[in-house]
Amino acid sequence: MTSGQALPQPAYTNIVEAEKLCVSFGPVQALTDIDLAIGKNDIVGLIGDNGAGKSTLIKALTGVVRPSSGRLYIRDQPVDLGRYSVRKAHALRFETVYQEKSLGEKQPLWRNFFAGRQIVNRFGFINVREQRRIANEILQSHLGFRGVGIDADSTVANLSGGERQGIAIGRAMHFDADLIILDEPTTALAIKEVQKVLDFVRWIKESGRAAIYIEHNLAHVHALADRLVVLDRGRIAASVRPAELSLDALTRFLIDLQQPKAGIAA
Amino acid sequence: MSSARLRHAASRARPLSPLFAGKKLEGLPIIVVFIALIAVFTALAPHVFLRWPIYDSFLVTIPPLLIISLGLTLVIAAGEIDLSFPAVIQFSGFLFAFCSLQLGLPWLGLIAALLGGALVGFVNGILVAVVGVPSIIITIGTSFFWSGVATVLCGGLSYALPGLENTPIANIFAGKLLGVPAEAFWALGVAVLGWFVLNRHRFGEHLLFIGDSRSVAEVLGINVRRERIKLFTLMGVITGFASFMLTIQNLNYFATQGQGTLLSALAGVFIGGSSVFGGSATMVGSVFGALIIGMLEAGIVATGVAGFWVEVIVGLVFIVAVVLHIAVESPASLDQLRRRLAVRGPRPDQATKEEIP
Repeated sequence: MTSGQALPQPAYTNIVEAEKLCVSFGPVQALTDIDLAIGKNDIVGLIGDNGAGKSTLIKALTGVVRPSSGRLYIRDQPVDLGRYSVRKAHALRFETVYQEKSLGEKQPLWRNFFAGRQIVNRFGFINVREQRRIANEILQSHLGFRGVGIDADSTVANLSGGERQGIAIGRAMHFDADLIILDEPTTALAIKEVQKVLDFVRWIKESGRAAIYIEHNLAHVHALADRLVVLDRGRIAASVRPAELSLDALTRFLIDLQQPKAGIAA
Repeated sequence: MSSARLRHAASRARPLSPLFAGKKLEGLPIIVVFIALIAVFTALAPHVFLRWPIYDSFLVTIPPLLIISLGLTLVIAAGEIDLSFPAVIQFSGFLFAFCSLQLGLPWLGLIAALLGGALVGFVNGILVAVVGVPSIIITIGTSFFWSGVATVLCGGLSYALPGLENTPIANIFAGKLLGVPAEAFWALGVAVLGWFVLNRHRFGEHLLFIGDSRSVAEVLGINVRRERIKLFTLMGVITGFASFMLTIQNLNYFATQGQGTLLSALAGVFIGGSSVFGGSATMVGSVFGALIIGMLEAGIVATGVAGFWVEVIVGLVFIVAVVLHIAVESPASLDQLRRRLAVRGPRPDQATKEEIP
């Protein structure tokens, strides 16, 4: 499983743990006192209304956004938030799968697979041949794109939503992630493609990895997640196991959250 | 995960015309336009275009502008723009002239020209990437500022630099090698380096992704802020070098130098086929674009057409080149082009205004 590019893994309990994590953008407090621990083989469904802070939370966990306060532990080790970055998150084998937001539209796939962590010589020049070879290998072996006219030189703009999702998933698989974050991965996909994404989430679980799964389709997330975390206005409103809360009850809970000043505390 | 699970059953038709399938030659449309222009000029003015002197003169006058177009290509690739380079031509040229004439240290002058350009670019970069002002706005402001600073420093006076004639620095940067102007070799060198930076270096790839989408670049772990500061600084250095070359080949610093170059350099980049929306840019296209822009005026005059027609023809060539490029690269975006032409069409008028002050 280790591909030699990362440290050998000691045993750990939680792949990532946030403690009183806060994120603010200027005067706007986007996240307040987030306490969240994700075990090394947990599938955590993250749900909440638009603007609840779901995307901000995963951006904070993956180094895109810098938290204003709080603590972060990765594989039980404290992380220096001031120096945490996407690069670090990649090195720690965190991968994010976004449908629209993680691929460069006009760029060929051999760039998209490696952007931000190119295979370079010591002067920073990219080994295009090697990147092409690996990209084609991922396309053919992991993704079964053989014979459908997609290769390392195809640009993202020519791909369907499902294919883009496949590319992002292939990238996560290639870099052998231990934590895979899926941000609304089934949005605007055909039913067949949705099934592939759901299969992928099951594969994450079966292969002993962890996932954070943001999904607005409550049925999907209720069926797949080990735990559901509900965010509301930047705070965790609830954290439950699907077995403890039926899909109907979950739906009602979310609707109640929308009532102004409902006064719900987790 | 088994490969079968993600297998895509649907086959797809690739929307590429067979002529351009497989390996495409970068900048092909603009190269075709370039060759066609040379052919037309040669047919109309064989006494000029079948002899060497006109090419010798092109290889002296075009390189400074061409080098700037190469730097601009990187800026455009990142979805940014730099309108302050004419001010750098003025400012860096002054620094070089001052060091050469007043201090007698032309090599220090070269370094000062590069550093001066770097300073202007770094300030642009900070204002764009840290403060967050759109580059098209802020570089108008910095352009006025640095142009003003140069005017204040030189007191509005030009500097004649006859003492530099036949000095090593003049021979290296503006002399002859094998009968060909040295400027041409420098421009070629910058072009080759620029191509590798844009297409094969991590920095160039970061610029392409930033130009494609800043938020995607951030998610991929690209330090968008730092790369954009680097980009504008590099653009300043490149322009500083071009300004130095211009000054030393003229053996004169003109207090107004740089004026009138704005649209020409931008035109070179855009007729070369780089996208104004960022994320896609071509160095080869910019080289031929700058060559075309640089030789049009002399070429048109040589063919005996009245000088009044020059800008009409420049505008036509611009439009034809851009349309041809779009038609070849992405036929589907001809619609988009219709909208873009509405913006770029009036170039000849703007060029006139640009040259009046």
